[in-house]
Amino acid sequence: MTTEAASAERKGPNMFKLIMRFGPLIFLLLLMIVFALMNPNFLNPVNLFNVMRQISITGLIALGMTFVILTAGIDLSVGSLLAFCGMVAAVVAKGGVTSSLAAAGGQAGFGWFAALLAALIVGAACGAIQGLAVTRLKVPPFVVTLGGLTIWRGLTLTISGGGPVSGFDATMRWFGTGLIGPVPVPVIIFAIAAIICHMVLRYTRFGRAVYAVGGNAEAARLSGVRVDRVLVSVYVIVGFFCGLAAFVLSARLNSAEAVAGIGYELTVISAVVIGGTSLFGGIGSIAGTVIGAALIGVLVNGLVLNNVSSYTQQVVIGLILILAVAFDRWLKTRARG
Amino acid sequence: MTSGTATAAQIPAHTAAQPGPATPLLAIEGLTKRFGAVTALENVSLSLRKGEVLGLMGENGAGKSTLLKILSGVQPPTEGRILIDGAPVTITSPQHAQSLGIITIYQELSLIPTLSVAENIFIGRAPIGRLGLVDWGRMRREAREIIARVGLRIDPQTVVSALSVAEQQMVEIARALSLSSRIIIMDEPTSALSETEVARLLSIMARLREEGVAIMFVTHRLEEASGICDRMTVLRDGRLAGHLERGDGPIPIPAIIENMVGRAASELYARPAERATPGPVRLEVRGLRTTPNPEAPHAIVLDGVDLDLRGGEILGVAGLVGSGRTELARAIFGADPVAAGTLTLDGTEIRPASPADAIALGIGLVPEDRKHQAIFAALGILSNFSIAALDAYARFGGLMDEKRERADLAEYKRMLNIRMADADQTIDGLSGGNQQKVILARWLARDPKVLIVDEPTRGVDVGAKAEVHQILVQLAARGIAIMVISSELPEILAVSDRIVTMREGRITGELPAREASEAKLMALMALGEKGQ
Repeated sequence: MTTEAASAERKGPNMFKLIMRFGPLIFLLLLMIVFALMNPNFLNPVNLFNVMRQISITGLIALGMTFVILTAGIDLSVGSLLAFCGMVAAVVAKGGVTSSLAAAGGQAGFGWFAALLAALIVGAACGAIQGLAVTRLKVPPFVVTLGGLTIWRGLTLTISGGGPVSGFDATMRWFGTGLIGPVPVPVIIFAIAAIICHMVLRYTRFGRAVYAVGGNAEAARLSGVRVDRVLVSVYVIVGFFCGLAAFVLSARLNSAEAVAGIGYELTVISAVVIGGTSLFGGIGSIAGTVIGAALIGVLVNGLVLNNVSSYTQQVVIGLILILAVAFDRWLKTRARG
Repeated sequence: MTSGTATAAQIPAHTAAQPGPATPLLAIEGLTKRFGAVTALENVSLSLRKGEVLGLMGENGAGKSTLLKILSGVQPPTEGRILIDGAPVTITSPQHAQSLGIITIYQELSLIPTLSVAENIFIGRAPIGRLGLVDWGRMRREAREIIARVGLRIDPQTVVSALSVAEQQMVEIARALSLSSRIIIMDEPTSALSETEVARLLSIMARLREEGVAIMFVTHRLEEASGICDRMTVLRDGRLAGHLERGDGPIPIPAIIENMVGRAASELYARPAERATPGPVRLEVRGLRTTPNPEAPHAIVLDGVDLDLRGGEILGVAGLVGSGRTELARAIFGADPVAAGTLTLDGTEIRPASPADAIALGIGLVPEDRKHQAIFAALGILSNFSIAALDAYARFGGLMDEKRERADLAEYKRMLNIRMADADQTIDGLSGGNQQKVILARWLARDPKVLIVDEPTRGVDVGAKAEVHQILVQLAARGIAIMVISSELPEILAVSDRIVTMREGRITGELPAREASEAKLMALMALGEKGQ
């Protein structure tokens, strides 16, 4: 959208419009400057890559969540679905619910590729079920995915018996812990996924339909958009990303935990909302979500480096969430006025 | 103030500070309202007396809504005065209007559907008991008394959403009475009611009149107005067209019509000169019926509609609110389910089950409510333009051919004279007329066989109306079969080649445009007389 800046110029300088477009990014850079001044270790490349690796798990899910929220939906089940997909991947990789060392090395299981495939398929299928519940049963997404939140967790506990499944082969672990040059593999996966999602939303027919459905579902229907298909698709997408994130997380921890991902839905939704995506749908971007995820990651990291307790961190993150959205609203009213 | 046919109401001298017997309850003097360059209301004066029903008549766009908004405190007037009991007042808000004793009952009811009847009546002023808690018993008792006054026999604990529109209206009236309102303004109260419900409402209005309440009755339905109104004030193009008064019998309907339409077609509605000759029938509608839809309880049921749409022809569909004209458009477009009947497009029977199906078949619809049904306010003009033609602009892998999209939009921008800065600005920054042109461009991008345009110029500024009409004529000349639905008769007369009228889900008449007049159409629409 290169013409946007130009049009702002034509209509006279409107600083607010410019700041609004880059609001979250400016916020992120300011935060980074503050932390860099407070602690010189912050800008150390090792630390920065560490931050990026940390955000890549929730970041992957946030990419999918962006699609959902753009349609004015929500998915509260992502943390549970992450655990479920991770457990399925682990069981497939190991060929059973076992953490025995004998199985480590993967001889007994089906290997990393089958595990990845299983995680993606299960994630997408669970998403499809939730999407169909939203479109066919006309149950609000909040309720459907609130149900999903306990269902997927319950299934995870059922297949695992409550315990972890751990010990994967080196290839699988590489997806979580490996490096390509100095860059952690999860970061690369996140970056590629983000670029693809950006392209899909920005340049494809499907992306246009997503914005249209979120912007005005009735107008979208009357313009020939198959609204229900779009809605099911976005829940499939977020499910798919839960599967991908689950695979990477299991690989990194060398273990799938039945209690993995508890509370992730809040981090993920925060990242999307801080990134400027409207919960009412129709407004938002992948770039914003990436910045939102980075903002939370940087915030946590900076607070840790400055020895702020994890309890206080939660308070700060909540405040930043509210402030970021308030700031965004304020800018928008100014830009319109 | 050109053609007052009956006794003009005497406007009292505004110096009268003390309300005397001759002082009207409500008087309006020289009220003018301008929106930028557009004058919605110009130098309008009227009066409303205690214990009378005053009809406020006029076509759409005559200025009735603007007048109501001013009286109910939604908008301030640009010029002029409002007097209550002879004393000038400045109405600052709907709450203020209420405290002055004026209550307005709008077409869209303002009750809260999830609360009970009693809660709605006492909203914001629930009776408080000893402990500072709501005294539910007293609230129910009083609510029962209040609704009995309007002849409603329902449990005050009933949730409002469970009531029919008519009952909800009664509740609103009851609420108005409980606020000891002396002036009740009703905006099209009968448009969504059945005949028996209308009769009941009218009898309640008569009773209120006897109790000394002053009622301002805004309606399109001439029969009803003629039956109940003691006097009428007619607006036309934002100006006073005349005052009518009941003599021995009811105010005669022809006199009302004459006042409402009494002017030569103005230049705005000049019929565009060049016309293509109508081609063969493109869309044939036979016996189209719908059944009541639980999801849209207020929708009118179509009762066997037959229509032919020809290529190169503009068919005007005229009908009052609630005649089923919009439902007809939606049924053809696949937006609402059809119960019976056939649609034949270019000789092939079609059964569009969704708008997507209809669009794929070559049918387009510009809906009546632009804001809620057509535009994506937060999205750019480009996205708004191409949304119905995503398939046409998508290449391999679903990637949009944005270059072609932008080129086409630029082409339509020139062709339709769309005034916009660039393709990426959000559409809500455009004027109503330019938004509507973007929506028209949306359908042109599909090159439809049939285009249904519901209220082509609603919310479109006066200057752009003629442009939109011109565009419709050009499109027809390209061989598109166009159906125009409008509540503005001059518009129907200006753009149509042929006109059908609707009432209660049925076609009540058909006229070639050159033989049609507003009076003829009005008679067919309002009275349902089979024309010829």
